[in-house]
Amino acid sequence: MRRIYMDANATTPLVPEVVDAMRPWLIENFGNASSIHQHGQRARAAVEQARESVAKLLNCRDSEIVFTSGGTESDNIALFGLVKPGDHVITSSIEHHAVLQAAERLRDRGLEVTFLPVSRDGVVDPDNVRRALRPNTQLISVMMANNETGVIQPVVEIGQIAQEADVWYHTDAVQAASKIEIDVKAIGCDLLSISGHKMHAPQGTGILYVRRGTHIEPLFFGGAHERQRRAGTENVAGIVGLGRAAELAHDALRDGTMTRISAMRDRLELGILKRVEDCAVNGAGAPRVPNTTNLQFENLEGEALVIALDLKGLAVSGGSACMSGATEPSHVLLAMGLVTNRARASLRFSLTKLNTDDEIDAALELVPAAVSHLRELAPVNAGTLG
Amino acid sequence: MTYSYNNTIAIAMSGGVDSSTVAAMLKDEGYELVGLTLQLWNQRRLAGREGMPEHVQGRCCSIDDVYDARRVAEKLGIPYYVVNEEERFERDVVWPFVSEYLAGRTPIPCSLCNNHLKFDQLLVRARQIGADRIATGHYARNEYDPVRNRWILRRPADLTKDQTYFLFGLTQEQLSRTLFPLGGYRKPEVREIAAQHGLALAAKPDSQEICFIPGGDYKRFIDAYLDEQGENIPDTAGELVTSSGDVVGRHSGIHNFTIGQRKGLGVSSPNPLYVLQIDHASHRVTVGGGDEAVSKSVKARDLNWISIPQLEGEMRVRVKIRHRHEPAWATLRSSGPDEAEALFDESQRAVTPGQAAVFYDGDEVVGGGWIV
Repeated sequence: MRRIYMDANATTPLVPEVVDAMRPWLIENFGNASSIHQHGQRARAAVEQARESVAKLLNCRDSEIVFTSGGTESDNIALFGLVKPGDHVITSSIEHHAVLQAAERLRDRGLEVTFLPVSRDGVVDPDNVRRALRPNTQLISVMMANNETGVIQPVVEIGQIAQEADVWYHTDAVQAASKIEIDVKAIGCDLLSISGHKMHAPQGTGILYVRRGTHIEPLFFGGAHERQRRAGTENVAGIVGLGRAAELAHDALRDGTMTRISAMRDRLELGILKRVEDCAVNGAGAPRVPNTTNLQFENLEGEALVIALDLKGLAVSGGSACMSGATEPSHVLLAMGLVTNRARASLRFSLTKLNTDDEIDAALELVPAAVSHLRELAPVNAGTLG
Repeated sequence: MTYSYNNTIAIAMSGGVDSSTVAAMLKDEGYELVGLTLQLWNQRRLAGREGMPEHVQGRCCSIDDVYDARRVAEKLGIPYYVVNEEERFERDVVWPFVSEYLAGRTPIPCSLCNNHLKFDQLLVRARQIGADRIATGHYARNEYDPVRNRWILRRPADLTKDQTYFLFGLTQEQLSRTLFPLGGYRKPEVREIAAQHGLALAAKPDSQEICFIPGGDYKRFIDAYLDEQGENIPDTAGELVTSSGDVVGRHSGIHNFTIGQRKGLGVSSPNPLYVLQIDHASHRVTVGGGDEAVSKSVKARDLNWISIPQLEGEMRVRVKIRHRHEPAWATLRSSGPDEAEALFDESQRAVTPGQAAVFYDGDEVVGGGWIV
């Protein structure tokens, strides 16, 4: 069966350029980047070259880049590394769980935490950030683009508010990286998280941008790696892959790739809206990253649609997976004011540059057919569901 | 009537040896399979509340079981999904279970689950994803009889594992779309087949208790659940009386009792005492000796007929009034709209409202209903 992948916001495949860049570091070029000998020096050079590539993507200095194990670790260092009990932290209700649950943990440890609401389109209002400031506010953490809806947040405005109030600003840019331009100077953030595997680099790699002069307490101890900000032997091959992916992302933002992805996304979205009754776009009124569309289907259970489409060869996602793998309604859509049934009836399609027009055509056949089949069999507003 | 189906079967996989073996057997027969696990209850929800264990060791619905089911699906190379049915389970099984106890009855959550989730909802899910039929690891037999033009549910080869008592609510439509591949096997044979297929869980112990109540302490579960819901246990404390009306003690709530219960009555007596009756209105619990704890008949409501279209006149059957009950001979007749009465040849102990009465003709399930 032909398999079509439209779940880029979950993870992306490695592209050949990244695999080629990594290959020598997995095989002949082994070495601990901290070692004094030539093996170590080669590995160190590779890590530092990757750091340059990443710094270029974010418009920052090399020394401001910390390599981590991924977005979750980066978010955790950011949330736990600057604040202490008694401080106040502002975040939003639509953050990734890596931020949300870290913030809940902070609250358990004696910090005050404000979870800001969002508009119907899933946007944090900068005025709400301003109003939430308290004398003891130390950190604001509001994401750059949302993983479920793709909605872009007003990070520049929030960055200004943070600077004026002399408060640290962290932004989780995991879903923005490689999709839109990221300029840490323009944003004015102190900390910014990126995950490798959302941009064709390997899983288990990530970045935390730490603005010069920001003295962050590490999560890990056991070595002076990453300028004492993240102990542990560097994942050299992964870091090299991430560096190569950053170069490719830099190019893709300038060579028309994003325009092509955006055109595919729009054709998919408009095509489904045209072919399927009682269907709407979540976050339609807000600016969105080019690759994501989140659609709600009335009278439908999204979980069944995800399974039915998967069995027909189309991989998409709905809600977030709980521990067992069952689907929970998305906290993002609930925060946008969707009732539970609507949140459950929502599906996310997220594209990469590897998707083709041909695949969009196939999805435009599969989705309407699956929706009408499901609606025929179990209208959710009838019978026992209520 | 002829039945035709597509080649796709959805398997209800619990992570146990039975449903895993079903998957392996049907895979060998060449069906297209889809494995589904119903996520019914979050065991961590009540952890630590009202004396519930902090760390959950529950067998069913547990993450370990989902891992086991997923590993089996991977090994067999079949697609596998976990389906979230927590809301339905709470509404259709947990809440009725709690309410029944509070009303002084003794419910069977497994039958409620079978009626509302395992078959009804699973069949909907199966058809949504392109499977005309489902298969489960229940020990029961299910065949179409062209003479009667009915689907017949029969007791399995392994009577020690017979689960037909919990399946009396299946409709003809549900039976026509359900396979019980283990009906002809004995449990040791099933474990053997699992081992032949290299399934690591071939020796996994059977689950016994109510899946969402690890340890089986349902009183503590009810306390914890009501506490979580912000509701108080209604005060149903009252008197313990004998059948002649003498007050012999007091009790702290009718939900602590089950008809036929002997332990924990809080009354000393030279002869063992049993709970004979629980009166919801007066909160009075009647106790008496073993000779009194028997009934000549049982009445059941909300009937479902399987081997017959409906009950006409009288019928000789054997009646099973709880899971571990040896079916007793009785004469069955209608006793009102959607109600039937079975007159036992020999009086039976502990006829308990809330349990099911299931009627058998030989090894066929005639039908059943809920004891009133």
